[in-house]
Amino acid sequence: MKHTFRELLRFRYELYESLRIAVEQVLQHKTRAALTALGVMIGVLAVSLMGTAVAGIDKGFNDSLAMFGKDVFYVGRWPWGNVGDEWRTYRMRPQFRFDDAVRVNEIISQTPNSLLELAVSRDERHRRVRFGNNSVEGVQIVGTSHTYPQVSPAEMKEGRFFSEHEDVSGIRVVVLGHDIADVLFPGVSPIGKSVIIRNQPFEVVGVFARQGEFLGLFSLDEMVAVPQKASPSARWDRRDVQIMIKMREGANKNLAMQEIEGAIRRVRGLMPEFPNDFEINRTELIEAELGPVKKGVTMAGIFITGLSLFVGAIGIMNITFVAVRERTKEIGTRRAIGAPRRAILTQFLVEAVFICLIGGAVGLVFTFIIQEMFKNIMPAFPLVFSWDLLFIAVMASVITGILSGFAPAWTAARLDPAEALRHD
Amino acid sequence: MTPVIDIRDVWKTYDLGETKVHALRGVSLQIMPNEYVAIMGPSGSGKSTLMNMLGCLDTPTSGHYEFKGQNVADMSDNELARVRNKELGFVFQSFNLLARSTTLRNVELPLVYAGLDPEERRERAMKACEQVGLGNRWKHRPNELSGGQRQRVAIARALVNDPSLILADEPTGNLDSKTGQEIMALLEELHMKGNTIVLVTHEDDIAAHAHRKIRLFDGQVVEDSITDRGMQHKSR
Ligand SMILES: Nc1ncnc2c1ncn2[C@@H]1O[C@H](COP(=O)(O)OP(=O)(O)OP(=O)(O)O)[C@@H](O)[C@H]1O
Ligand SMILES: [Mg+2]
Repeated sequence: MKHTFRELLRFRYELYESLRIAVEQVLQHKTRAALTALGVMIGVLAVSLMGTAVAGIDKGFNDSLAMFGKDVFYVGRWPWGNVGDEWRTYRMRPQFRFDDAVRVNEIISQTPNSLLELAVSRDERHRRVRFGNNSVEGVQIVGTSHTYPQVSPAEMKEGRFFSEHEDVSGIRVVVLGHDIADVLFPGVSPIGKSVIIRNQPFEVVGVFARQGEFLGLFSLDEMVAVPQKASPSARWDRRDVQIMIKMREGANKNLAMQEIEGAIRRVRGLMPEFPNDFEINRTELIEAELGPVKKGVTMAGIFITGLSLFVGAIGIMNITFVAVRERTKEIGTRRAIGAPRRAILTQFLVEAVFICLIGGAVGLVFTFIIQEMFKNIMPAFPLVFSWDLLFIAVMASVITGILSGFAPAWTAARLDPAEALRHD
Repeated sequence: MTPVIDIRDVWKTYDLGETKVHALRGVSLQIMPNEYVAIMGPSGSGKSTLMNMLGCLDTPTSGHYEFKGQNVADMSDNELARVRNKELGFVFQSFNLLARSTTLRNVELPLVYAGLDPEERRERAMKACEQVGLGNRWKHRPNELSGGQRQRVAIARALVNDPSLILADEPTGNLDSKTGQEIMALLEELHMKGNTIVLVTHEDDIAAHAHRKIRLFDGQVVEDSITDRGMQHKSR
């Protein structure tokens, strides 16, 4: 017991001595160390940038999923995601109408213990929105009902959403997305002002709070909402809509979907032998679309990391072999003074690991620099730093160091002391 | 009394493929505590080979070696390292100091491998430095020291673990004669304090400092005699 403790203590001193020598060696051969550490540096840079990107995609994605509303299903003719060759089939399907949402709500209220809460219809157009000399082209005009806030997490920055009265009567009021309000009303409150959509004035009653965006996709900051009946085109009740259906909180998703399926089939009057002619879309579907992107980034990162760590490892192995040859006499002297083989092995391993750690540290520094630059160029992209990265970088460096330093360190430890001393 | 060194019929053969070089051919030798031995002989006669053997750096091809009554052939590599660390002190012709390290750190090095804590290391290393007259040079690096001073550092390093035997292979070989004499005076002092010393040299006036002289020729001991100095010492 006492013996092992002493051995441990001794090993600690050897380790410390090795580290000191490693620092000295690196200081003495700065260029050499820098070139050797380059591979590891690039490896760590690749792995940490990849990690940040994947974490960023995840975070941005989850943020944007929140914009779709928790527990909300989107029923419509079209499935989300890649439609492929099937698009003709989907196009042939009968459209959904404003009335269908009303019917779904009736069915929900008639169903005892329904898992569903509310259905809200939603159509969209793209139109120019103007105020005075300011205008925005192709704004997404969402026609919906006053219950929209119940299925959407959108919060108000100022004002309010339109009321039931405004909805039912089709009064021309509008709620502006954050960015639209910014462009049309720089520095002034738009509440109470009237914007022009398709030559008709709409009074602004509210502005949505900023929601952010994800890679420029799914931004709700560039939409405006109006009562469906007030939509700036004729025959509001003849347009193709999507029906957003919110389930009760905590309900089972699959059961809720089954209920939705039944309800929609009833609304559609589908005979049991006919297949569904609609889609129930969930946010998970987008997630599935994003999977390959994440996988691609990960694979590219792992490939670059692996390649550069491999190249780095070979470089370090080579340089450590050179160091062993250059310092053969020193090895002999240390052995003569009483260094056991283990001490020599430790010394060269520590040197290899130390160079790798330097590479890793520089790689991390560059990661942060690149991230900062990236933030300025693409503020929308959510970069996420995690402590895991630091851990992974350190581990990658240490493991590369040990793997690449082992062969030369082993050679050094096995040197015959008398032979090593004869070396000059 | 157990001899520090007891070797019997030791051979060392280097196998170079076609030829075999017999560096030592049946050397037997006993060295008692506090002896001061000079090994002489022409170049290639096997002096360094013998020193490496005595210093547990090399193993004989055949023959028997007991260090302080312990059979060296039975020792593991770690045990040999331990013996070198605790019982032996080496002094080399070319000093073999760590170029980037200060005097103090060079002298401390054996104590690192002995597992002593930093405070004790420092204390003992300073003491060894003072003993060789380097008390004010412990912050210097080898390239800031003269040849004689470097060899003093090496001697301090050999002393610091309080070894049973000091092995010096041509310690004055790289020094001018005046500095060489200073180093010899230092070794003599160490011998007076009770150290056992084995020294290799080409020069008669260096060997004259020792009390016993062993001459090697072609891997064999051809002379083993008491020097004048040894005679004086005995008669006293
Ligand atoms: N590793 C080795 N491989 C082959 N031959 C060797 C080896 N080491 C020593 N020898 C040979 O053994 C013989 C004795 O060498 P050694 O170094 O002991 O001589 P030495 O007496 O110390 O000579 P010098 O006075 O020049 O130092 C020489 O012939 C030498 O060439
Ligand atoms: Mg020699």
